[in-house]
Amino acid sequence: MAIADLNLEQRARPRESFGDWVGRRGTAFWIVAGLLLLMPAIASSFWLIQIVAYAMILGMIALSLMFLAGYGGIVSLVQMTVAGFAGYLVAILGDSAISQISLHWPWWLAAPVAILVATLFGTLSGALSVRTEGIYTIMITLAIASAFYYLTLQNYTIFNGFSGFNGILPPTFLGVEWGQSLPFYYLTLACAALAYGVVVYVSRAPFGLALQGTRDNPRRMAALGFDVVAHRILAYTFASLIAACAGVLLVWYQRQISPGTAGVGPVVDMLIIAVVGGLSRPIGPFIGALVYVLLRTFALDVLEGVGLDGRRYQLLIGLGFLVIVLFSPDGLIGIWQRLRERYRRSGDARNTQMGSGGGSP
Amino acid sequence: MSDFIARRPVWSLIIIFAVAILFWLVFAIWTPGMEAAFGRKRVFLSALFNGITLGALYFLVASGFTLIFGLMRNVNLAHGSLYLFGGYLGYSVGELTGSWLVALLVSFLVVAIVGILMQVLLFRWMEGQDLRQTLVTIGLSIIFADLLLWNYGGDTFQVTTPDWLSGPVTLPFAVALRSNGEAVMMTYPLVRIAILVGAIVLGVLMWLALNRTRVGMLVRAGVDDRDMLSATGVRVQLIFVMVFAFGAGLAGLAGVIGGTFQSLQPGEDTRILLSSLVVVIVGGMGSIPGAAIGALIVGLAEQFGSVYMPTYAVMLTFIIMVAVLAVRPEGLAARRG
Repeated sequence: MAIADLNLEQRARPRESFGDWVGRRGTAFWIVAGLLLLMPAIASSFWLIQIVAYAMILGMIALSLMFLAGYGGIVSLVQMTVAGFAGYLVAILGDSAISQISLHWPWWLAAPVAILVATLFGTLSGALSVRTEGIYTIMITLAIASAFYYLTLQNYTIFNGFSGFNGILPPTFLGVEWGQSLPFYYLTLACAALAYGVVVYVSRAPFGLALQGTRDNPRRMAALGFDVVAHRILAYTFASLIAACAGVLLVWYQRQISPGTAGVGPVVDMLIIAVVGGLSRPIGPFIGALVYVLLRTFALDVLEGVGLDGRRYQLLIGLGFLVIVLFSPDGLIGIWQRLRERYRRSGDARNTQMGSGGGSP
Repeated sequence: MSDFIARRPVWSLIIIFAVAILFWLVFAIWTPGMEAAFGRKRVFLSALFNGITLGALYFLVASGFTLIFGLMRNVNLAHGSLYLFGGYLGYSVGELTGSWLVALLVSFLVVAIVGILMQVLLFRWMEGQDLRQTLVTIGLSIIFADLLLWNYGGDTFQVTTPDWLSGPVTLPFAVALRSNGEAVMMTYPLVRIAILVGAIVLGVLMWLALNRTRVGMLVRAGVDDRDMLSATGVRVQLIFVMVFAFGAGLAGLAGVIGGTFQSLQPGEDTRILLSSLVVVIVGGMGSIPGAAIGALIVGLAEQFGSVYMPTYAVMLTFIIMVAVLAVRPEGLAARRG
């Protein structure tokens, strides 16, 4: 299961100054960061919220999957369910239009408890599935995810069944209405950036390195005295924490939650997002999520624009996914890296040709 | 069997005891006290039979799934799509020709050919790459689902039951007593009984084919040690193609059968896939007897759950899966190792 090779850059390094840190990020990083920060000045609120903020929320959930799959070699499909569970808990514990179920806790109590309980749920699912490997993990997590879906669908006393909850409003605090486009955009941006940073940090911390060791050779790690199972469960906990935070943002974004939020479709979509973006780097899921959201939003127009049936966007997503899986196991990031490699190599070739005065390519 | 009794005397005793109680529950006339405890006998019996026949359907789907996995380590997450495709195809053919058996045969053959194409065009190029195979089949299932939706729309279809299978049949169990002491006998749809018999026959035939024929011997050898089998000069690829075709064909066949006593609609592919996943997780991957045990357990759990605890029926199946995983992560019937 060659999802990602250990990145050579990811070795632990000595302490560095802030200047080095800024320089090492590269131009692309700063361009993207600047663009995201200044986005509200140039983009309409539709682009801000419907596209970028939504992509960042989905990207966070896919990021938690990427952390497990890329660094732990564990392909877990419960991450969307963890997010959905956190969303449900926010609706149940906090305020919603279904006042006979909601407990009306203040947001600063409801949201952390939701994140905590959902993380616990993710950890338990992990503890259940870490005894298995590879395909078995996929199947068991898929089974857990679908069990949760059917539970929310059929249970009316806690989850309000088919209709779910609506009227869940983002909180107002520090004098800011966080449900407004601009604050909400910056809230998701901050959360996504934090999640990204933490994943990058953890992947280079001793825990992350040990996790990558258990991915590459669990027997050797066990022989070295690492508790492989504990590392994997802890990886689930960490990933579920990110997914749960994203779930809270998701329910505030949608202002409603229903069984469909964490149904089998979205659960698989999350895997698609992570794989299409690329499982080898934390930025991959965000790229995948952006592509996915753009496709979902504009596929209808594009398909009808070229004279096809607009309802076939699912077919488009499926075909695109298949092509990427077949030809680039590393997703869009892999394609990008390969293109860059080729460009660099052709550049080198050109230079040597010039140096030697021509010759066959 | 006797081996199992010798190894697990306590478990055997419990199983024999449970089966005896079940038989007694089925054949005895229920007293009013028992009716108060378990509800009406008719309800209990129909849940029991529905569970067993649903298990027969799950067995047909899951045995193909588990066979493909056991031999080739291919996780075909498009198996549910093959089921739905077979079902829709059976519906079309049945409407066209008016014959249920022709529909069954055509579905089996066409879906088997689809399986061969999948094996030759896709799986052969990614042997041993579990994750990639999984992702590819997920992609395929999305494409299949949308193509079927395109062609058949979102309506619900039901395959017409043939005349010689329609109508109820009277079973030799009394459900209740009339006031004059005459027993009311249990009646049950003939088509479900036929499916059950068909699944049992097919299961026995598969067992015989696997255990008593040369091809079956090769398949079993391939399940145990694929590399060694290919090293002995057997044309492993041919066996792979055959098994894949047979497993896929079974899914298509099950689609027609499922369409006969349930219905076909978008989303059914996922539901069947998930059920067969749970079946093979419970029973043990790659084991035909495991698929049978798992299918029976899951079918019964679903039906009894929906009768006696409707809200948590799905959770019951799930709890069974968790319990099995906790005790035997490799499944009930799989060999340890």
